[in-house]
Amino acid sequence: MKQQIIISGLGGQGVLFVTRILAQAGMEMGLDVLTSETHGMAMRGGTVLAHVKVGGFKSPLIRKGSADMGLYLVRSNIPIHGDFVKKDGYRVVNTDQSGEYFFVDATNQAREMGSLLLTNLILLGYAVANKTLFCNAEAMRKAIAKVSNDKNRELNLAGFERGLELKNS
Amino acid sequence: MEQRIMMGNEAIGRGLVEAGCSLVASYPGTPASEILESTVDFAKECSASMHIEWSINEKVAYEVALGNCYTGKRSAVAMKQVGLNVASDPFMRSAYLGVIGGLVVIVADDPGPFSSQTEQDSRSFAQFARIPVFDPSDPAEAKEMVGRAFELSEEYEIPVMLRPTTRVCHARRNVSCLPPQEISRKAAFKKNPGRWVATPQFLTNLHRELNSKIDKLSGLEAFYPSVVAGDGTFNKCCIISSGVAYAYTYEILEDLGLLGKVDFYKVDLPYPLNRNFIQKINTDYENILVIEETYPVIEAQLAGRSVRGRISKDVRDYGELTPDIIENILRKFLNLAITAAQETKQVKEVRPSLCPGCPHRAAFYAIRKTFPKGIFPSDIGCYTLGMNFGAVDTCHCMGACISQGAGFYHAYAADGPDYPTVVVTIGDSTFFHAGIPALVNAVFTKARFILVILDNSTTAMTGNQPTPQVGFMADGTPGNTVYIPELVKASGVRFMKECDPYDLEAFKKLLVEADRFCRSDEGGVAVIIAKHLCIMDKQAKKQQSTYRMNVTDECTGCKVCLERFECPSLVFDETTEKVMIDINTCIGCGVCKFVCPMDAITAEKPEVAK
Repeated sequence: MKQQIIISGLGGQGVLFVTRILAQAGMEMGLDVLTSETHGMAMRGGTVLAHVKVGGFKSPLIRKGSADMGLYLVRSNIPIHGDFVKKDGYRVVNTDQSGEYFFVDATNQAREMGSLLLTNLILLGYAVANKTLFCNAEAMRKAIAKVSNDKNRELNLAGFERGLELKNS
Repeated sequence: MEQRIMMGNEAIGRGLVEAGCSLVASYPGTPASEILESTVDFAKECSASMHIEWSINEKVAYEVALGNCYTGKRSAVAMKQVGLNVASDPFMRSAYLGVIGGLVVIVADDPGPFSSQTEQDSRSFAQFARIPVFDPSDPAEAKEMVGRAFELSEEYEIPVMLRPTTRVCHARRNVSCLPPQEISRKAAFKKNPGRWVATPQFLTNLHRELNSKIDKLSGLEAFYPSVVAGDGTFNKCCIISSGVAYAYTYEILEDLGLLGKVDFYKVDLPYPLNRNFIQKINTDYENILVIEETYPVIEAQLAGRSVRGRISKDVRDYGELTPDIIENILRKFLNLAITAAQETKQVKEVRPSLCPGCPHRAAFYAIRKTFPKGIFPSDIGCYTLGMNFGAVDTCHCMGACISQGAGFYHAYAADGPDYPTVVVTIGDSTFFHAGIPALVNAVFTKARFILVILDNSTTAMTGNQPTPQVGFMADGTPGNTVYIPELVKASGVRFMKECDPYDLEAFKKLLVEADRFCRSDEGGVAVIIAKHLCIMDKQAKKQQSTYRMNVTDECTGCKVCLERFECPSLVFDETTEKVMIDINTCIGCGVCKFVCPMDAITAEKPEVAK
């Protein structure tokens, strides 16, 4: 199994957290993982892009047009980072606007759950439910449990479950 | 062997603990900050007894590590590339004098740059100092090279640099963990004035010894670059690479089906480049491509006829080498079809800005409002973002703002008494780092300006590391607290007041008062300490009142708040042509209420405070 994934969002949306979960999930499945992320100045609300490569890669970055899937925590990043995903790749977008992609209004779902911090986990659950990611729900649950701190573990898992239920029918 | 996902910086921290290092000193700076933090964590986990410190700046960190290693103990220092500029004085001389216990100098470069004021190549600096340098290509290799660097350092009694780049520091991958080496050495400093004091008479000899160490090193078989040999398809042709650029090149060659078709060398130690390798390359090949970041270090040492790289402009000589760029370089070099050049779309990315509720924003707003014609030198940290709304005019290097402020004053004051007010802003950590000598100098030389120390009691930009005033050291234990007001007073400053910038009216009044002091007969540097906790600090929100913000119909859409206050929680609604509050991000600090010229922003105190 090999997969190249980009995660695109804004500083503060939890792009790095999703990156860590995906990397951990890869490890749970016994795969080599490599990720890349941005820190420092770029994190203060600016545009953030992370790369995740699962299964036997050597370098941390993904070339344009070669990602198998892209997770977009904000729709307005599609014009900026849309071209990383290959033609037949998946795009999973947090938005209420339909388009040529899988979409779910994860922000609204998170608000209903009482914490906007869950937006990323809901989107992640939704992506797993639609079989766009290399791993199944069980590996992801393990990874979330491992990467979360004690205080947020239950809530994070609940966010993920909510996303799973939102599978496109 | 246990495998764990680690960031490059964590892997380096782990490597330091595993190598039995006894002291690590650092000053925070992206992309190096997490090295020290993870060293603390791994030392605890492995019950390794180490002294780990956030030093006040990189020069100090370097010298602390140097003293430690003179006693025979393994020591390390970590910093970002511009940190080495600050530490360059001890760095240069340490090559001549050498070390006893291994000294590993970790310098994280930032091609791009993502979070730095230059994209200088520290390998060039190592070459300048005549210090060997490792160039890791991924987190696992970075960890392994820490151990190799210590061994080399001890064998040749020379400091050794490990130079990761942002894409190694902030990449994560699965890394094997080993137990720490048992190195129990007692401190044993052997006095040797000819070496450790080394007055000029000793230096030519030390220089000769240094050169002979480098000569020996350049002949070591262990650092002869490894090769993925070609099958002759590309005759007399080779590619040489190091660092993360090697990893990209490897993957791209694999994708193009060319791995094993062309000789492809990996350099672990770019300086000193193995001399037998240099000779082989220059005799066996006619077409040589060097791909490295960010300066032509390997390329310049080859100095051969047909080397293609940054000097020949076959490789772009600025900016990060992304895999997309490398693919096109490889295609050109190997005479393959160039893929239709992908149009780089000029899309406006969202620029970073200060967090909602950031106390710096309030201070900047007040400064600009009070002195519309002022000159605003500033410095390095989150607060550089004050440039977004016209409250930061210069940013150069750590601590420069105070001396630049003095320079501005001297320039204008020489032309007449009607000089513009100069308001210098500096963060608390930056003040400790390099502001103190600058302040003493400005006071002594009779400069007149307002210095606002933005004291949010943390090193915010790099992830909230403590300062000497916060009172906690890197491992969380209390240190002997050092207070900024006492330092300011001791610098000879005669006007010093403290104010919470959230109280805009009081802060503005204080600015006027400070300006009056500066211009008075006995005036000089006036210092205002703008004190309010960084809102990323969990204590901050507990300590301050929270308001429910609203925009009333009185809003005329004049955008004064957007342009002069620039809070991400103030959003312009294109349909109503009015400003609205983004309740998802607003922390209810209540400051913007005082910014609206129409009094259209209201702050209401919720009845039940959470």
